[in-house]
Amino acid sequence: MLFFSFFKTLTNQTVTIELKNDIRVRGILKSVDQYLNIKLDDVEVLDLAQYPHLSSVKNMFIRGSVVRYVMLPRSEVDVGLLEDATRRGK
Amino acid sequence: MERLSLNDSPANAQQRNSQQFSQQTPLGPGGQNQPTSGPPQLPPQMFTTAAQLLDLTDKKLVLVLRDGRKLIGVLRSWDQFANLFFQDTVERIYAGNLYADVPRGVFLVRGENVLLLGEVDLDREDEIPTTITKAPFEEVFALKKKEDNQRKTGDKKRYKELSALGFEPEHSGEILF
Repeated sequence: MLFFSFFKTLTNQTVTIELKNDIRVRGILKSVDQYLNIKLDDVEVLDLAQYPHLSSVKNMFIRGSVVRYVMLPRSEVDVGLLEDATRRGK
Repeated sequence: MERLSLNDSPANAQQRNSQQFSQQTPLGPGGQNQPTSGPPQLPPQMFTTAAQLLDLTDKKLVLVLRDGRKLIGVLRSWDQFANLFFQDTVERIYAGNLYADVPRGVFLVRGENVLLLGEVDLDREDEIPTTITKAPFEEVFALKKKEDNQRKTGDKKRYKELSALGFEPEHSGEILF
């Protein structure tokens, strides 16, 4: 559950998500659930020309299983805290 | 909104029933779910599949499936696995700089095939990028078939070269466009 909790601490931050089909979307992280499904607001699709079907999308629900990367704002990640939490094994 | 802490009280961590969630629990901070110490937390009910999909119910959505299909319809029902039920669905086929709409009707989609769900901004839905134009279905479909075949041969070649080098191609055994 560590990463579930971790993503919860990042709500309302702008993140960029890369999906397994190479689509990259940037948006405000609104919510995350136990499967790491992600809800994004104010979505901006990078390389939109390739993905015309997403041109009028304002917010998005992304299934956790198709996410390849989540790019986070460096300043918002407390690496020390994360390391501690990992060592505690919870 | 509040900053959350990494340490969740596990007792509150799960709330299954979305009905209960919408009727009884006041959203936002200040509920009885607040832990006694540490930074204030949002209620855990905010962080369930149900809460995420509840906002999208009865809205016009773009559904992208794992096989690359794009369906546009109204989300009527769903469950915790993101199995989805869609009404008045139209499949939009893209190929080259053309697209076509095919009326499909009702869809029940198994969750594992869902890639993403996007809410259509109704003010902007007619702003289709100028680079693509509507064309008859048959024309777009034929072009798409050609493109798919081209991609398939390209993929096959790449996979072959990769596996010769000892690499396992990404998401092999799984269709993902």
